[in-house]
Amino acid sequence: MRRIDIRLLLPVLSLALLLGAVFWMQPRAMSYTGLNLLFNLAVPIALATIAQMLVIMVDDIDLSMGTFVGFCACVTATFLHDTPLLGALVLLAAVGAYAALGALIEMRQLPAIVVTLGMSFVWSGLAVLMLPAPGGASPGWITAVMKARPPLVPMAIVACVLLAVASHLLVTRSALGTLLRAVGGNARSVARSGWSVVGLKATAYGLAGAFGVLSGMALVGLTTSADANIALRYTLLSIAGVILGGGEFTGGRVSPVGAVIGALTLTLAASFLTFLHLSPDWQIGAQGVILILVLAARLLVRRRAAR
Amino acid sequence: MIGATFARPWFWAFAAAALALAATVVLTGSGGASGLLKATLTFASFSVLVGLGQMAVVTMGPGNVDLSIPAVMTLAGTLSLKLMDGVEGTEAWGLLVALGVGLGAGAMNYALILLLRIPPIIATLSASFVFQSVAIWSNRGLRIKPPDTLAAFSTGSTLWVPNLAWVSLGAALVFWVLIERSVYGRRLSALGQNLRAARLAGVPVEGVRAATYLLCAVMAALAGFLLSCFSGGAALNMGAEYLLMSIAVVVIGGSSIAGGNSNVPGIWGAAMFMFLIVSMLNSYGLGSGVRLIMTGVIIIAIVTAASGRRRAG
Repeated sequence: MRRIDIRLLLPVLSLALLLGAVFWMQPRAMSYTGLNLLFNLAVPIALATIAQMLVIMVDDIDLSMGTFVGFCACVTATFLHDTPLLGALVLLAAVGAYAALGALIEMRQLPAIVVTLGMSFVWSGLAVLMLPAPGGASPGWITAVMKARPPLVPMAIVACVLLAVASHLLVTRSALGTLLRAVGGNARSVARSGWSVVGLKATAYGLAGAFGVLSGMALVGLTTSADANIALRYTLLSIAGVILGGGEFTGGRVSPVGAVIGALTLTLAASFLTFLHLSPDWQIGAQGVILILVLAARLLVRRRAAR
Repeated sequence: MIGATFARPWFWAFAAAALALAATVVLTGSGGASGLLKATLTFASFSVLVGLGQMAVVTMGPGNVDLSIPAVMTLAGTLSLKLMDGVEGTEAWGLLVALGVGLGAGAMNYALILLLRIPPIIATLSASFVFQSVAIWSNRGLRIKPPDTLAAFSTGSTLWVPNLAWVSLGAALVFWVLIERSVYGRRLSALGQNLRAARLAGVPVEGVRAATYLLCAVMAALAGFLLSCFSGGAALNMGAEYLLMSIAVVVIGGSSIAGGNSNVPGIWGAAMFMFLIVSMLNSYGLGSGVRLIMTGVIIIAIVTAASGRRRAG
């Protein structure tokens, strides 16, 4: 339990620091509407980050996450809106495809980087076929959920807390989650104790696909339309979110709560840079610098802990 | 003899390229073949330049990938064109600036890996955000044209073969000597095959790693410089497609993605294949959506087939 606390300390601190800075510069953000605006776009990013985390948990990396979320957004805005049953089937098939990829990668010992890079072409090709130009419409119920106004706490925060709790229960508390993390830690020992690593990797990828689908749906609920390139940034954002949240690249050491906090931090960083009146030219670079600073801080904390 | 050729990992890359060429020529008629071959050599040469650098990085073993290649290409192209400002006689300075950008970027990548002890993927990714920002900032305003001499050089041919292809052939030759015949190449393979054993055997691990990241960034910078001269100016998204390309040519070319085993001739075969497959799908009149899907499926199919082959052998 103590280990988890230490690992979560840094992401929480960076989020609090950033939030404090935003409130200091723009006190009006300290309200229901302000918070809602600040964190609105965090929900799809947090979902994509959890999806990426599930892949990183089994020692792989998914470079197709952004195009996959874009593909799901396109399905949501077209099929799911026009013919809900067909749309649901397509999205289910996409989750199945993710699970199949996981099995393929493990069975033939393929490099996940290359396979997912190749898949990113496939997803964006499918998305372009569906929506050659930006368009489509959001199904009413998704918009209703995403734009709901619960009392006291904005929807974006409620959704992120729910997501953090649900994924924490799934990954760190359940038997399945423990097994999946074990695959990342030592796949051979998992196989020796009689589990099917192929099946477990397929499960991890399938779960990642499911969270990717949710991310696409949430995104359409916010933007009310979609296009093939809508979520390209999500690949990098999701990887950065996992790392900011204290996840490691190897060994199955990930933190779902941290990943959600990492996604919130990244969303907030973008708003913060806008409040700073920083030229848009430097925004990407500033995000890179923030990432480097957090990693440097983590190294310092870990050195101290090791002492 | 023939059996030995079949067993070479690079054979399949060239065979696939020849097949794609044949499939295109069957449709378009032999009249377009020479033009197609010339275009293939030209465009493949950019992929070869970035692919060689990526290959050296990938050879160092799992987790070693340089994701900053697109950003370094863009930054090198932008800064060098800005310095030359289209004036003739500044070509050497432009090239020097581009190579300097490569050295700087490689040094920053390696410094992040060494100082922050973070995986190379994250280090090169974070660094690429910074490079990209500098490129956006300096690319403000009008599109600057390259000096005419450089534009003519990069679009021209010598002895029928495009000048760019000569440059890339030269680079491939240098890499072949470096990887197969030099101490550096031996150390690189040793490091990729077993890091611990290499360290115990006295290989200067950090030196080799630093040199490799520098090399990769310099190759990306060179490719960016030539690409911006070839296409008449630098664009912010000009490096975008070369991230996948650099990794794909390494894998298709028969180098081991797990590290420790690299293959220089395969890079050329794979680079030509990657261009030919797109032009084949184009000439069959497929839309951009279908073309993207096919490209992805073909890459995955090749990686899957290649892994089976390696296991059998």
